[in-house]
Amino acid sequence: MDNINILLIDDESEFVETLAERLELRGYVSKTAGDGESGIGMLANESFDVAILDLMMPGLNGLETLKQIKAIDKTLPVILLTGHGSTRDGMEGMRIGAFDFLMKPLDIDELIGKIKLALNKQSKG
Amino acid sequence: MYKKIINNLFLLEGEPQNRYKALKRNIIIIMVLITTLPLATMIIINYFQYRSHLRSQIIAPLYAMAEKTKHSFELFLDQRLAIIRFVSTTYNFEDLSNEKDIEKILLSLKKEWSGFVDIGLINKDGELVSYAGPYSLLGKNYSEQISFQETQIKGKYISNVFLGHRKSPHIVIAVQHITDKGQTWILRATIDTDFFDNLISSMGLPRQTDAFLISKDGFLQTDSLYYGNTLEKCPLPLPKIQFRSTSFEETDDKNRDIILVSSPFSIADYILVIAQPQSVALKSWYAFRTDMMIIFLVSLVIIVFSIIKMTDVLIKRIKTSDEHREKVLVELQHAQKLSSIGRLATGVAHEINNPLAIINQKAGLMNDLVERTKDFDKKPKFVDLTNAILNSVERCKKITHRLLCFSKRIDVKIEPVNMNHIIHEALEFLEKEILYRKMDINLNLSESLVSVKSDHGQIQQILLNLLTNAFAAIEDLGRVEIETENGKDGGIKVKITDNGCGIPKDVIKNIFDPFFSTKKENGTGLGLSITYGIIKKLGGKISVDSNPGEGSVFTFELPEKPNDMETING
Repeated sequence: MDNINILLIDDESEFVETLAERLELRGYVSKTAGDGESGIGMLANESFDVAILDLMMPGLNGLETLKQIKAIDKTLPVILLTGHGSTRDGMEGMRIGAFDFLMKPLDIDELIGKIKLALNKQSKG
Repeated sequence: MYKKIINNLFLLEGEPQNRYKALKRNIIIIMVLITTLPLATMIIINYFQYRSHLRSQIIAPLYAMAEKTKHSFELFLDQRLAIIRFVSTTYNFEDLSNEKDIEKILLSLKKEWSGFVDIGLINKDGELVSYAGPYSLLGKNYSEQISFQETQIKGKYISNVFLGHRKSPHIVIAVQHITDKGQTWILRATIDTDFFDNLISSMGLPRQTDAFLISKDGFLQTDSLYYGNTLEKCPLPLPKIQFRSTSFEETDDKNRDIILVSSPFSIADYILVIAQPQSVALKSWYAFRTDMMIIFLVSLVIIVFSIIKMTDVLIKRIKTSDEHREKVLVELQHAQKLSSIGRLATGVAHEINNPLAIINQKAGLMNDLVERTKDFDKKPKFVDLTNAILNSVERCKKITHRLLCFSKRIDVKIEPVNMNHIIHEALEFLEKEILYRKMDINLNLSESLVSVKSDHGQIQQILLNLLTNAFAAIEDLGRVEIETENGKDGGIKVKITDNGCGIPKDVIKNIFDPFFSTKKENGTGLGLSITYGIIKKLGGKISVDSNPGEGSVFTFELPEKPNDMETING
């Protein structure tokens, strides 16, 4: 679990900063980005183990950002966050190549579970 | 104007039941009038045209017959006058005064010409001076008689019929002779009228047709078939026109309607009359009239019957389509209402979800930090507080997710499902409550229930919603019955009956509306609305029947498979 580097992309800074802090409390290293473009920029300079991406964002939306992330690093596991009750966008994201999706408001333990699963799968794959 | 009449007749206002009745009545009346009026008009015109045509066809031959017979009569009478005139010019007064000579003349007249009975010579004073015949009339004075006076004026005379010798009918004919010296005398002869009867019988009259002579004062001059014998007063009225042939209609003393053709004589005061009953004359017209009436009545019955039947079908179709339109309109309004509320709910849920996520994370972080801090004075209190915040967030999350569920954005997974199995599963969820409240759950599940293609999770949701409602409606120890059976077209039907408080009528109509709740704080008012939405989405339908105080029955049906799999998965 050492040095697991997580990229958090969400336009709600209050949400994303708090989430980063909580992840750090649990031993993860996380960086935050306020929108899709800056997230993609960070991905170009640095390597991450998991990306957590909000689907509802102004500017470059979640699904577009996901496509570009996948274009840069096809193997990077991406967990989507959706504010919608609908699983439709989540399913669409998974079709594009996301690992899984979670609904907001999210439970931190559930998120950690998904991150672990993603890392396991990646190390096996 | 025309449009206004049409509107008044067909676009009726008022109670639906009366409106359809009035519409039906108006259509029937108008169609019957439109179809039967021309028919009736045509029949009436035909009726009269045919009648007048036929009449002229019938009367023409009667006229001809009357004219011909009259001429035969006149010829006969003319001949007899000519003979007497011949005698008067051939013999002088002295010859005729001689008894022997006049008897000789009578003999030869009888021999050569039929009908002569006697012959007599009257002098200028009206005294019969010579006579041959069966009567003893010699010396009789005729000066006061019409026959004498008329002969003096006109030079000739033909009398009406009278009963003479042997009580057989006779007529008298007389001619006046004036000599070169101005001497005047009259030769008078009696003729029997057997010839009249012969002439009439030789006319070849049709059946029931009568022909006879009458005098201008209305006495029969020959025997008649129906109107009496010679010299009796004829019961029929005299023709008004007595100078030419004419026809007219009368009702006779036997109450028969008859057609009369009369033809007056020019040389005597006789009128030949032919009488034919209308029943004979217009026999073919009566037959035609009967045929017409039968055709008209049969047509009328067929027309009226067809119109009533057609109108019936038409009105039923209009009624069904009206009802259908109203039903669709109500459903559309309901769907629109649900849809707009759905959009609103989605918006609200989404807007709330983001701050909720922040609260969630902040409280979570607080919890994390407190947990990782050494024990301090109010630590348990802090943990309680943050947990309370997290619990509240969890409750809000449920509400927003329900709202989003309601807006039908939850995906459906279609697979073969076993309804009986899902019912058992749903009851397992509620087991504790059932035991605790000692409720009587009565299962009446069809063993031969077919499996349908539907969504397991959604059906579970439906059952949980309906059962939770049923449980809320009943007292402890109450009873809930669940029944399954195969529906039509491969579908299934589930009935949930409770003996609870029931639902008032004014509530029932709103029961599937979102946010409509009677449970005040305890309900979101979304349960039945979500249930309704899910069942609609799965292609089924739900209905409720309830009597306040007796309980409610919720029945829902699911089809063999949802109608449109695309929209459900989309």
